[in-house]
Amino acid sequence: MIDLTVKSCGPMTALQDRGRLGYQGFGVSPSGAMDRRALAMANALVGNPLETAAIEFVNLGGAFTAEGGDLHLAIAGAGCSASVDGTPVAPLTSFVLKEGQTLEVGHPRTGTFAYLAVAGGFAVEPQLGSLSFHLRSRLGGLKGAPLQAGNRLPCRPEAQGGEPMQLNADILEETGPLRVMLGPQDDYFTPEALRLFLDSEFTISPQADRMGFQLTGPKLEHAKGFNIVSDGIVDGHIQVPGSGQPIVLMRDRQTAGGYPKIATVISADLARFAQMRSGAGVRFKAVGRDEAVAAARLMKDWIAALPTHLTPVRYALTTEHLLSRNLIGGTVDALSPAQHE
Amino acid sequence: MQTPRILPCGDSALTVEFGSTIDPDINGMVLALDDIVRAHAPAGLVETVPTYRSLTIQFDPAATDYDALLRLLTAETKDLAPRNAVGRRWRVPVVYGGEYGSDLEEVAEIHGLTPAQVVDIHASAVYRIYMIGFLPGFTYLGGLDKRIATSRRLHPRAKIPAGTIMIGGEQAGIAPMDMPSGWHNLGLTPVRPYVPERDPVFLFAAGDEIVFEPVDASRWEAMEKAVMAGEPVAEEVRP
Repeated sequence: MIDLTVKSCGPMTALQDRGRLGYQGFGVSPSGAMDRRALAMANALVGNPLETAAIEFVNLGGAFTAEGGDLHLAIAGAGCSASVDGTPVAPLTSFVLKEGQTLEVGHPRTGTFAYLAVAGGFAVEPQLGSLSFHLRSRLGGLKGAPLQAGNRLPCRPEAQGGEPMQLNADILEETGPLRVMLGPQDDYFTPEALRLFLDSEFTISPQADRMGFQLTGPKLEHAKGFNIVSDGIVDGHIQVPGSGQPIVLMRDRQTAGGYPKIATVISADLARFAQMRSGAGVRFKAVGRDEAVAAARLMKDWIAALPTHLTPVRYALTTEHLLSRNLIGGTVDALSPAQHE
Repeated sequence: MQTPRILPCGDSALTVEFGSTIDPDINGMVLALDDIVRAHAPAGLVETVPTYRSLTIQFDPAATDYDALLRLLTAETKDLAPRNAVGRRWRVPVVYGGEYGSDLEEVAEIHGLTPAQVVDIHASAVYRIYMIGFLPGFTYLGGLDKRIATSRRLHPRAKIPAGTIMIGGEQAGIAPMDMPSGWHNLGLTPVRPYVPERDPVFLFAAGDEIVFEPVDASRWEAMEKAVMAGEPVAEEVRP
């Protein structure tokens, strides 16, 4: 058995995959990777199905060693630097961590979440169909817990195989306001509150975690009170409690809640939002179903096509070529429906 | 019954809302539609989440024919009858009062009753599980006798123990794990509605009924041992 051993990591470092589906009716949050694009990129690099569980870094990096054999690994997400025994690993490139070597992952620099995938995936038993760690349910991860120093993550024999690859896909770098669809309870707000919601800049407060991002901004007044009989919640719902300050509900959210939801972030913009840090400003733009669905399809197609954008590292492209392809800091608005059609 | 409203929840979900109150008929419609949607399993369906008064349907927007889904929901909600199949009925043993239910005396005092009367009233009702949410396995129970309905505590507690039998407003509940709560603690059960390592993981489902059976504290240790061994201890009884 080959193990990836944790030497150090942040307190919320844990396994995450697509999420735990099918148990919300029993109160179990779906959880799952906060940035599914980055999870898919890390998995594509090591030849995995794109929703395979990977280690999710939250704000902090970590250090790992390979024991019992070599491991084929890749990192993607919010701009972590990485090195193997002190030698830097090129971004968006898979690499081999030889037995006894130490991988150091720096803290995410351009966002909050990054992913470390291993070829073949981790040989850990799923709980209720998923490896996604969820704190309040005590599910997933390693026996319901996040990672900590000393943990050994068993890997499959496939972990040794596969050729180091480089990912040359243009990054989906959406910009502009966060797109939302109004509802389900936009009728609980005054016209002035709806106007303020769409016309103002909000700030992501320090109270931002895997459950939800608290925003601060102008007070959004309720027209019919702020208590509703609890109804279902989905990823991206923007609930507004009595304070009038919205909260965007994220992967570890509750399954039902009793505050009116003014709008819902469209699925294609959720990963981008997840990578925004506290202190950042955010604006909202209301879109219709057609635009939201077109964006969702484009995102799904982009993710599905990732494995077609791999090149073996031995044929690695030059730095000049990479820069010319807008790999870093690209601003292609790849989600505009015009480009999709 | 009013026509249900179909509310957008972004591009990946919608909510079919049957009403805005806690009502067994409304909840029965929610569960009936849940059965239908699951049976039809329309393309792209991810999962359904029944609540007190609405059914949230989550789907993959890239794999779903939204118009066809709307047609299905419109047709099926037209003459929908509340789910008539009665769920299972569970008997849950409870040790009331004292260290097991620290708010029993206060609740009795608020209503001008004796603690024994509060226990009697609480344990003689049949509760309906309207929904499960907030935490894994947390049962939102309706059916609390209005004589002991008690508004929430002024100062919520940061942590109450798993198994706490509690009431808040006109609702009742069983804590599936240690949790924060502003409700009043009447007693404690060793029954665990949710154990990730147990089969079944979840004991109760929305639509089931629960009755509480007062038991003497002398039985606590034996019951707790049985629960630790993976037994449900909650007993399925015929209505």
